[in-house]
Order: sequence, then structure tokens, then C-alpha cells
Amino acid sequence: MSHLLAQLFPPSVLRPMELGADASILLGGLGIVLLLTRLRRWGWLWREWITTVDHKKIGIMYLIFAMVGLFRGGLDAVMLRTQLAIPNNTFLGPEHYNEIFTTHGTIMVFFMAMPFIFALFNIAVPLMIGARDVAFPKLNAISFWLFAFAFVLFNMSFVVGGSPNAGWTAYAPLTELRFNPGVGENYYLIALQISGIGTIATGVNFLVTILRMRAKGMTLMKMPLFVWSVLITSSLVIFAFPALTVALALTMLDRLFGTSFFTIAHGGMPMMYVNLFWIWGHPEVYILALPAFGIFSEVVATFSRKRLFGYPAMVGSLIAISLLSYGVWVHHFFTMGAGAAVNAFFGVSTMLIAIPTGVKIFNWIFTMWGGRIRMTVAMLWQLAFIPTFVIGGATGVMLAVVPGDYQFHNSYFLVAHFHNVLIGGVVFGLFSGLYYWWPKMFGYLLSERQGKWAFWFFLIGFWVTFFPQYLLGLKGMTRRIYIYPHGLGWSPLNLISTLGAYAMGIGFVILVYSVVYSWRHREPDLTGDPWDGRTLEWSLPSPAPEYNFAVLPEVTERDAWWEMKQEGRSGKVRAEDIGAIRMPRNTPVPFLLGMSFFVAGIGAVFSWWPIAIAGMLFVIALLVSGWFEEHDHHDIPAEEIRRTEAALGRLEG
Amino acid sequence: MRRHRSRWFRFLLPLTVVAAGLLTAGCGQHYVVLDPAGPVARSELHLIETASVAMGIVILFVLVLFAVTLYRFREKPGSRAPYLPLWHSSRLLEFVLFAVPVLIVIILAVPTVQQTFALDRLPPAKHPLVIDVTSLDYKWLFQYPQQGVATVNYIDVPVGVPVLFELTANSPMNTFWVPQLGGMEYTMPGRVLPLYLQAGKAGVYRGNSANFSGRGFAHMVFHVHAVPEASFVHWLQTVRQGSPAMTMQDYRHLIAVGTAPEQSFSSYPADTFPTATHGFTLQGGMYMEPN
Repeated sequence: MSHLLAQLFPPSVLRPMELGADASILLGGLGIVLLLTRLRRWGWLWREWITTVDHKKIGIMYLIFAMVGLFRGGLDAVMLRTQLAIPNNTFLGPEHYNEIFTTHGTIMVFFMAMPFIFALFNIAVPLMIGARDVAFPKLNAISFWLFAFAFVLFNMSFVVGGSPNAGWTAYAPLTELRFNPGVGENYYLIALQISGIGTIATGVNFLVTILRMRAKGMTLMKMPLFVWSVLITSSLVIFAFPALTVALALTMLDRLFGTSFFTIAHGGMPMMYVNLFWIWGHPEVYILALPAFGIFSEVVATFSRKRLFGYPAMVGSLIAISLLSYGVWVHHFFTMGAGAAVNAFFGVSTMLIAIPTGVKIFNWIFTMWGGRIRMTVAMLWQLAFIPTFVIGGATGVMLAVVPGDYQFHNSYFLVAHFHNVLIGGVVFGLFSGLYYWWPKMFGYLLSERQGKWAFWFFLIGFWVTFFPQYLLGLKGMTRRIYIYPHGLGWSPLNLISTLGAYAMGIGFVILVYSVVYSWRHREPDLTGDPWDGRTLEWSLPSPAPEYNFAVLPEVTERDAWWEMKQEGRSGKVRAEDIGAIRMPRNTPVPFLLGMSFFVAGIGAVFSWWPIAIAGMLFVIALLVSGWFEEHDHHDIPAEEIRRTEAALGRLEG
Repeated sequence: MRRHRSRWFRFLLPLTVVAAGLLTAGCGQHYVVLDPAGPVARSELHLIETASVAMGIVILFVLVLFAVTLYRFREKPGSRAPYLPLWHSSRLLEFVLFAVPVLIVIILAVPTVQQTFALDRLPPAKHPLVIDVTSLDYKWLFQYPQQGVATVNYIDVPVGVPVLFELTANSPMNTFWVPQLGGMEYTMPGRVLPLYLQAGKAGVYRGNSANFSGRGFAHMVFHVHAVPEASFVHWLQTVRQGSPAMTMQDYRHLIAVGTAPEQSFSSYPADTFPTATHGFTLQGGMYMEPN
């Protein structure tokens, strides 16, 4: 018993900060349970959300998890910056600091950015291509629940069992058992494998959805650019994520079953881990960035009231970036002795990515040229993105210059660079998409005024945080150090950087406040088209009904909805065109599957094999049960659809 | 119109203050990457400068184009800028915008490839001083195979003589980095990687690890004393005569987890550094228990 307690609660989870987190998690959880009971919402939660296969609701659930991830990852960042604010600080000890930068990076990539892009995939793609759901709605729910339970599994590590502490890259041999006893790394390895299954399934799902379920007349070259970006991203996911799964699985086998893939003492090859990790890792950068590019392409055209400039070049550069992204991974370790020829090859291939990216930047600017630029919050994020990303891209090219990289590698110059492109590129894009599609998700607009405050705090905070970090890199400061002495000239820049991080934190708080405020003082979107949009989702009411389109649209042009409006057509449908619609039926299987994986995951993390095996048996049983499921759909009668559409004021005549 | 302008200033003012603050805070002596003390660091800096200028031109060009576009085409009452809702392609423009990045990449790629190969080779004129480097948890062990001495967390090197560092690890990976002498290289268990550096002027240069290796990683700091050749010979004599010999027990003490002060040894046990890249025969390490 005492052994079990020691395993569950090692000293690292009994520090005051962790105990404080325990208390707030318990209180918060209790509050939610009481609230749901008081409002009698358990049935509603089960029927409307937990068992749903509706892409719009799954998207919203992804978004909620992404926001929680952003909160936790951001809080981690604030704690890291607080520790580094002054030299010889004692706010966090080395172990604590190592755990926090590990969870910061892991959460921001896997449990913030990934669910955020999947949220927007789910919310926008079927509506943009004129479909009623994704190709495999149940699989979509399975993807979500695997992600959600992996999210919980990873995030509980710091209060039960101990946090991972080998960095988000988890390089062998630091993850070897002899250097890294305890269960922390197991959490990392197993949670990422579980969510990885869901991620690959999402890639397959959206690839098929886009290739097979577009509205009549919407040829590939008439798709909105966001849909193109999702198509390319899905193919990147399918080919890149298996490499990560292999890297994680082999490390897991080393740790749990004593194999020696990367274990040095038995002739393992740690560098093989590094290769596998980055063969996934670099395409991953574009898995995050390309959807953001897609969002910007929609937002810039809408808020410039103008067609996108250079559509074929935009599509071509998306494809070029995706292909090149597989050929650059060694640039993450030029200094690992691969030799001059290999380094020269990967340096040049990395620079080549600047060409299609440059083309995209110019095309966005020329989309604005000759337009009428409206400064909405969604557009402000786009406008902040262009200069920020150009600078981040330029420092990326500087890192691709191999001899230069020998001086920049793993320094704060690198830290500044990748935050510059991942925040300036991806996060700005996600915020832009959030403001842009929010009314479509919830039927009301977010406060523009508060949104602007959040924007300026976040943007200025961003530059105040990361510009000094470029300079710190030139001063020789390396990443992941928890402490630094006086006298190296690092102190003022670190202090400034920390203040910037606080400003970004304030920006986030304003954003959250704004969401709550805007919900309480709802400004409803009655037209379904608040931005004078160009693509099909804006032809629907906000939020869209369960079946999305009462009558499936036909498309003749790019910017289909804009063209319809130019021809004087409205989004209304004729009653006689409406027929019965077959929709997928809700199912508890995805939720139970996620839960079973969670049980198996816990068993594996703590090497409690009976529990792990029981969890996997549940998984198999649930998958087999799917073979016998016959009633996986239901028909909505035409009369009911007519009533719904009439109530929305969308019937003609 | 007046109102608009004052709103712009409200945002510009804090930005200017911040920028000015950054520049003042940024000034000073400590830009080690920009202050090379040897030919390797100097040629790397030269390439960094070339890349910075090229990228600076790109950034400036895009920012000006962006600012002009934004100013001219922002929506305002009575805007006289042309409105071209259907303008969406221009062969000539698109060709130019494709050609410019291609040109810049070529301008940068050529010297990158040249320098990548050049820095991989030893300067031919002189015999290099060889220093075998082993990163340990959490300290640096340096061995001079030609001279037979060893040090911990500091080295002396003669000015003007190329140094071949042979890098390995008896711990999780680190990187060996002395910014003022040149770029870094990983220390990896099971492999020996070469790195050529050379001090061009006398001085004490800080070195540290750039790859996270666990709890004591932040303390993986060492110093390089670059001294004239005569002083180097003198230092060798002092170490040989005045410092203890490293026993196997001393070595085991060093590889145990923990930090260590600067130390000197007049000799060190054989087979504590691998002799070939393959067939790694490290003895007494964390990975291979001592006999």
C-alpha cells in the first residue's frame, strides 16, 4: 500500500505549487459536477455532446480543449519566464523548471495547436464544401475522444506519478530508464501515441471528405483555399505521424520492456530517435502552419472585399511546401556530425522553402492591393501575421545557413525564431480563424472592442518577449537553462522578455473575459453572413442546423457564395426541393473507446499490466461491436426540415 | 482625420518607448557571437552578416510594400484609391515575385555550401593540437592525448594553433560550444565527432553546453584560456609537475552525477577515451561499467 502511494505521489507531486493545483482541480471539478446536477444537465451532456457525431459539435469540443491547453501551456510559459526574470532566481528549482518546459512545449504543440486546427477543420470544412458531415462521422468522434482522453492522461502527470522532464523532443538517451526513472516519460510516450491514433484518423477522414464530398460543380480548383490547406495538411498528417509513432513506441519498448533500440549500453542508436522524431517534426511544423495559411487566405479576401490574388500559385506553393517539408529534417541537427555534404544538401533544401512561402506572402499583400481593407479583429490578426511571419521566416533562412546555424543552434536565437513562426504564424492564424468563424459556431459575434484590446496586448507582448531573445542568443544564452549568473549581460533582456510574457498573459485573460462577456451580452448574427463572406458556410444560418444544407448547393465559381450574392440569389431554398435527409446517428462507442484507451494507458504508465490488458480488451470489444452495428443512421423527414427552415426564415415565397 | 492620426500615435508611442528601451538594454560588450576571437568564428560571423543583410533587404522591402498597401487601401469614407474587386492575377508580377526569392536563395546558397565544406576541413599548414572532450553529468573532462595531461571544466590552448576537438559523451548528449571561437557540435555517447576551432587572440572565453542533459545542465560551463605558445608550454609544465595523476578512482568519481570545480591532472588512465569512431571501447563509464 505504501509502495503504491509512493508510486502515485512521489515528492515531485507534493510540492506546494502542485498541491495548490490539486486543490483547484478538485474544487473546479466539484463545481462543474454540482452545476450539472443542479441544472439537471447530465442527460443533455450525454445526448448532445458526449455521444454526438456532428462535426460542428466535435469542433466546439476540440476548441474547448484547445483553450484549456492554451491556459495550461501559457501558465507554464509564465512560470518559466518568471524564473528567468532575474539572475540566480530561486522561484523554481532545476527539476521543477525541467518539468515545466517539457509540459509547456508538449502541450502547446499536441494539446493546444493540434486540437485548435482540428476544431477549425471540423467547424469549417464540411460547410465550405457543401457537405452534411465528414466522410466518417463516427471515426471523427473516435479521433476526438482519443485526443480528449490522451489530453487528460498527459495533463494529470504532474499531480499523479510525476511530470515528464526530458523536453518536448524527449531525445534518447536522456529518456533512458537509468537517467529518467519514474513514470513521467511514460505519460509522454503513451498519451502521444493514443492521441496520435486519433490524429492519423483525422487526416484520413478529412482527405476523404474533401476528395469525395464536395458540392456539385466544386472542382478542386474551385475549392476555398482553406479547404486546399486542409487537404494538403491531411496528407502530411498521414505520412508524417507514423514516424513519430514509431519513435515513441520504440522508446516505450526500451523503457517498459527492456529492449535496446536507443539504449546506449546495449548498442542502441540515440541518433536514430532524433532522425525519426524530426522526420515527423518538420512536416509537423507545416501541419500547423498550412491551415493557418488557409485561414489567412480566406480572411484576407473577405476583409479586403476582393478575390484572392494568384489562386493557382497559392495552391502550387501549398503543394511545394508540403513536398519540401519532407526533405529538410536534418536542419534540426546540423551539429550532429552528419558531414558537410549532408549538411549542405539540407541547408539548401531548407532555403528552398522560402520561395513558395515568399510567393504566398506577396499574394496576400496583392490580395489587399486594390481592395477595401476592413480592420476587424480577424483581419488585425492577419495584418499582424504578415510582418511577424516575414521576420520569423527571415531568421529561419539565417538558421538554414549551415555555418551560421553552428552558432545559433539551441541558443535563444533559435527559441526566438520558432516562437516567432509558431506564434506569429500559427497562433495568430488560429485567433484570426476563431474570430472569423465564431459567429458561425455560436450564432453571435465576439466583442470587437475587447478583441482589439486582447490583440494589442498579445501582439506587443509577443514582440517584447521574443525580440530580446534573439539578442540573448547572440549573447550566448542557450535554451532550457533554469538559472544564469550575473555579469553575462543577460539580465536586462531577460527581464524585458518576462514582462512581455506577462503582457501576452493579460491578452489571453482579456480574450477569455471577452468570450464570457460576449456570451452574456449576445449580439446575435441573424443573417448568417456577418462579414459579407465569400464561401458557402456564410450562406447558412448561424449556427447551421444539424443537417447543414437543406438542399445541397451547386457551385459554378470560386468564392461560390459571393458569386451567388452578385447574381442576386439568397441562401433560401424552395420547399418542394426539400427531401428527407439521412444523418449519422449518435453513438457512445467513441467515448467508451477513448475511456478504454485511457484505462490501458494508465495501466501501461504504471506498468500495472492486468489493467493495461483489461483496457485493451475493452478496446477490442468495442471495435468488434462496431461490426454488428446496423442502425448507424437516422432519417430526418422532409416535413421536419421544412419546419426548421421555415422557422429560420429560409423558405422562399 | 485628426482623430484617426491621434489613434495611430497612441499605439506608436509605447512601441517607440519599448524599442528604445530594448536598444539601450541590448548595448554592451556581451555579444559573443558577434565578437569572434578566431578564424572559424570569424568566417561564421561573416556568413551570418551576409545572410542578415540579404534578409534585412527582404524584410524592409516587404514591410514597405505592406505598409503602403495597408495605408492606401484601408477602408475609409471618401477613399480615392482604386477598388479592383476582380483583379486576381498578373503574369508579370507573379513571375517577378517568384524570381526575387529564387535569386536571394541562390545568393545565399552558394556561400553556404562553400563555407560548409571549408569549415569541415582542418587548415592545412600546421599540425593541430588534439583535445579529447568527454561530457559527463554535469562537467567537462578534457584530455590532451599528445601531451598526456587532463583537465576538468577548463582548457588552455595556444593562440594561432588549430585545435582538433574530438567530442564524445559518457552521459546523455550535450553540445560543446565556445561562441567566440566558433560554432558548436554535439557530444554523443557511442560516437566521436570532430570539431576544428582556433583562437586568434589571447583571452578567456566562456564555453557551455547547448543541449539539455538533465538536472545539472545549466552548470555545464567551462572556460578556454587562449595563451601565447610560450605560456602554453609553461602551463603544460606546471600541470605535469604540480598536479596529481588521475587514477581510475578519480575517473569514477568524475563520472558520478554531480558538478565539479576546475581541476588539472598530470596524466590520466588509458582507455578512458574511445580510440575509434566504431568499436567503442570505453572503460569505466556510465555505459560500460569499469572492470
